[in-house]
Amino acid sequence: MNFLPRTLQRRSGNGQAADGEVETGGNGQVEIPGALRRGPGRTGNGNGNGNGHSPGDGDGNGKPGTGLIDKKALVEGATEVPISVAGWLDERTGGSSVARAVLYRKVPKHDWSYTLGSAALFAFVAQAVTGVFLAMYYDPSANRAYESVQHLTNDVFLGELVRGMHRWGATVMIVLIFLHMGQTFFYGAYKYPRELNWVIGVVLLVLTLAMGFTGYLLPFDQRSFWATIVGVNINASGPIVGPYLADFLRGGAEFGSATLSRFYAIHMLLIPGLLAALIGAHLYLVIRLGTSSPPWTRAVKKRSYAHEEI
Amino acid sequence: MNNREKEQYLREYSLLKNKGEPFFPYTVYKDGIMAIVTLAVIILMAVVLGAELGPKADPTTTTYVPRPEWYFFFLFELLRVVEPPSLVFLATIGIPTICMVLLILLPFVDRNPERDPRRRPIAMLAGATTIAAMLYLTVLGATAGAPTEIELATSPQHEQGRSVTAASGCLGCHKFGESGGQLGPALTKVGARLPRQAIARTLINPTAPMPSYQKLREDDPEKFDRLVNYLASLK
Ligand code: HEM
Repeated sequence: MNFLPRTLQRRSGNGQAADGEVETGGNGQVEIPGALRRGPGRTGNGNGNGNGHSPGDGDGNGKPGTGLIDKKALVEGATEVPISVAGWLDERTGGSSVARAVLYRKVPKHDWSYTLGSAALFAFVAQAVTGVFLAMYYDPSANRAYESVQHLTNDVFLGELVRGMHRWGATVMIVLIFLHMGQTFFYGAYKYPRELNWVIGVVLLVLTLAMGFTGYLLPFDQRSFWATIVGVNINASGPIVGPYLADFLRGGAEFGSATLSRFYAIHMLLIPGLLAALIGAHLYLVIRLGTSSPPWTRAVKKRSYAHEEI
Repeated sequence: MNNREKEQYLREYSLLKNKGEPFFPYTVYKDGIMAIVTLAVIILMAVVLGAELGPKADPTTTTYVPRPEWYFFFLFELLRVVEPPSLVFLATIGIPTICMVLLILLPFVDRNPERDPRRRPIAMLAGATTIAAMLYLTVLGATAGAPTEIELATSPQHEQGRSVTAASGCLGCHKFGESGGQLGPALTKVGARLPRQAIARTLINPTAPMPSYQKLREDDPEKFDRLVNYLASLK
């Protein structure tokens, strides 16, 4: 743990808890990680050790004062700035113990297929960023939408690139999500204790597809217009809620300008908000439960393990 | 999984975790490389494939055949596979909803503690079948003959009428022989069901969601007549 930033080291006052994710009990028995343990007995959250540790005191950098401007001390003081800023923040937020727990937690060795989830996350962030730039030029009224997209594509500096990135980023994100889902399926990562993360994942998949559907209408060209009419009509054919859902999407019985602003609000406020919140929950569970290890890895060689079983 | 199996898993997992690496830099490094690759692919696609913008949406033209994004092709194709109109709601809403519910229930249905794919033959079979079906439907949707083509034998006098019909977007919702959508009734034999006059009346004053062809009749009566004559000839 010697690569810990200095503040973080200093902060970790209670010794072993710094790398206390998995403790090995005295008699060689391995305990269940804290996050998976029920009830009391969780250790090492760094509570109650903050008092008396004002950042920068008492760890041996108090040089004997000479009264002259000491260049070395100045440089050292300057390098301390980020650390004391971090310390200042940490003293008030307790963020460093969280950061430490997240960054330096141990993860089982895994292969490259485990990067698919974070790649999907990255694609989502890329969509959010390019989407913000598109929103600066987009006008969600039936009369002006097409022209605003045309202006953005043809006249605005890098407009076509950003639009292209948003458009193809959607495809990339969907592909990554399907691959990520396939990975967690084939690796059996949806099993105990990660069932809930699978359920959240399915909702994320549906929401992402809904992003694709609502975004498709926005350029308001012939293709997007007619495809969306058919899509909404398909919704209308559903039993019981179908017609209501279709009315909600259209903003009335007719397909008109209310439809466009509705799709716009759903596409850039409602679904992204839900997505962000659920991705947060998804990641929280990943951190709490730990990423699974590939199913063919074994902690102990087969035979001795079987022996221990008895 | 019973309690013993759960505890066994947790014990095994904590051993593996203990033998693992710190998230930073081990995972962050891999994820970072993957993020760069993802960004590169997105930019490359944006530069090569661009961001096209078709003609402006026009509710009065009906010459446009709707086509969804490729990742909805498999849903769209379901519509063509399901034949009887009374079952269309199954294809549009029913099957996708059932699939989603099954997906959500997966971890509660499959309670086999085994995680190694080599020892989960049933799960692997189900997964592979699902993937194959979705790929198959997607490819079907992607290669479905240009949705503006009618592949019915036509007598020479109705040749022109056929192209007018094909270009008028009817195929988006109606079937002509093998091609066409399922939203409206099939028109393969509409001439046998409806007289010429009734067809013309429907075109001018259709029931929702079908668009009206009144504008076509005003702009180009000859074209409109060809369209109606062709439809009436389908028996
Ligand atoms: C917006 C879409 C999604 C994002 C951003 C996302 C993100 C992530 C990330 C970053 C991880 C941890 C690293 C990894 O194992 O890949 C993860 C794990 C996981 N995800 Fe997703 N995910 C998404 C959608 C889904 C979907 C659609 C499913 C399945 C239906 C799913 C199921 C899981 C499961 C079960 C895990 C735990 C895997 C393990 O511990 O090995 N996720 N997700």
